[in-house]
Amino acid sequence: MINEEINEIQNIEIRLFLEALFQRYDYDFRNYSQAHIKRRILHRMNLNNFKNISEMQHRILYDPSFVQQILLDLSINVTEMYRDPSFYAAVRKEVIPILKTYPFIKTWHAGCSTGEEVYSMAILMREEGLLNRSQIYATDFNHKVLKIAKEGIYPIDQIKDYTTNYQKSGGKESFSSYYDANYNSVIIDSSLKKNIVFADHNLVTDSVFAEVNLIICRNVLIYFNRELQDKVIKLFLDSLAPGGILCLGSKENLQYSTHFEMFSVIDAHEKIYRKEYRH
Amino acid sequence: MIEQKSFPIYKPLAIVIGTSAGGVEALTKIFIGLRAGFSIPILVVQHISPSSDSYLPKHLNRLTTVSVNEAIDKTSIEEFNAYLAPPNYHMLVEEDRTISLTVDEKVSYARPSIDVLFETASRAYGRNLLGVIMTGANADGASGSKLLREMGGFLVVQDPKSAHISTMPEAALQLAGADYVTNLEGIIEFLNQLK
Ligand SMILES: C[S@@+](CC[C@H](N)C(=O)[O-])C[C@H]1O[C@@H](n2cnc3c(N)ncnc32)[C@H](O)[C@@H]1O
Repeated sequence: MINEEINEIQNIEIRLFLEALFQRYDYDFRNYSQAHIKRRILHRMNLNNFKNISEMQHRILYDPSFVQQILLDLSINVTEMYRDPSFYAAVRKEVIPILKTYPFIKTWHAGCSTGEEVYSMAILMREEGLLNRSQIYATDFNHKVLKIAKEGIYPIDQIKDYTTNYQKSGGKESFSSYYDANYNSVIIDSSLKKNIVFADHNLVTDSVFAEVNLIICRNVLIYFNRELQDKVIKLFLDSLAPGGILCLGSKENLQYSTHFEMFSVIDAHEKIYRKEYRH
Repeated sequence: MIEQKSFPIYKPLAIVIGTSAGGVEALTKIFIGLRAGFSIPILVVQHISPSSDSYLPKHLNRLTTVSVNEAIDKTSIEEFNAYLAPPNYHMLVEEDRTISLTVDEKVSYARPSIDVLFETASRAYGRNLLGVIMTGANADGASGSKLLREMGGFLVVQDPKSAHISTMPEAALQLAGADYVTNLEGIIEFLNQLK
């Protein structure tokens, strides 16, 4: 069989595979980036020496433990503290002054992964005097990463990079005052965790759970196709209070969303948007 | 190992270029050399430090009639445009011929990775894809080049003897072979005769 045909067949197999995953386990990857899903599924197929994707589909239907492996393959949890320092600098400059006018601030980190982003923002809020009047929801659909996020324990070998990032982002203190270092790990200062709730939430299948003033959803939407991106933007729109702020990843944007005109642009480069007051 | 297939009769629907060390110079030459009005869309992975700014697309854009930009997630791939993978993101081609970016783990120590671009583009374009591997200091791009040829695409590899660093073209030749091996001037000439 020629390779073009195999490619076509694999596309059919992938649709069936995702359908099986959804119908049997309620995990809905059907509208994720197809190129991404295909790469990851073929990678797993080769690693485990499956003959084809159909064989793997049979395995997920009958072996729930294998599903955990697939979920890990399909959800990418790569993250860091103060990823894109210029974004955090922009938040300090352009978003904090708005939040300071509120008596109480609700923040939602959607797709928080192992929590580095959440603690980065909590530190920033503390330095700006806002943490004690904050409620922070940090959600992800992957239980494994949520558990790590809650513990707030990270390998020490990354702290050097994180410290540099923190300083570049306009950090005002000594970064080491926010964690306790052990032999090969650091644990985040527990006072930073006080106002944070970590919870399971699936952006594709779950709905609005609170009205919030700030949503941070970085490097999650890139994994979705346009249609699903649009649906999730609508979920954010419905979750934001009027005048609420939406922060996306550096290479994400609202440009292709049908809801674009419901937002004004605060910082085009850093992808910071504000929900309009009208409607 | 190196087959000298005749040049493709069809104009490819897209071109993917992968390069690493020495690549900025090589890309500069390529874009200066492209004839005015060159229309085939070009997707480029140049290994680059994660914290670098958007200098490279701006620089290349000034050299050519092709509109060179850093890739935006979910953009449709259009004629008369070139798309550069942003630092610290993989660039993937969807089968509906739009671009997706991801922050997946590094592949062959690289993000963006040439393999990721070449593999996904091969699945999207099949025989209508042209791949170009140029100077570089590691083996990224070799397995993507292999798939590109398996899917019927046409692979041009910079002659290792003429490359600033020969590791990358050598690795591609070893794993994937090539349809045409030539120096930079030859690559430019080859691109300009496509119509
Ligand atoms: C690449 S990480 C981004 C982490 C962090 N926001 C950052 O930018 O560093 C993407 C996260 O999105 C989560 N995710 C993917 N699909 C999701 C969904 N449908 N619902 C909730 N979280 C999801 C993944 O589990 C993963 O932790």
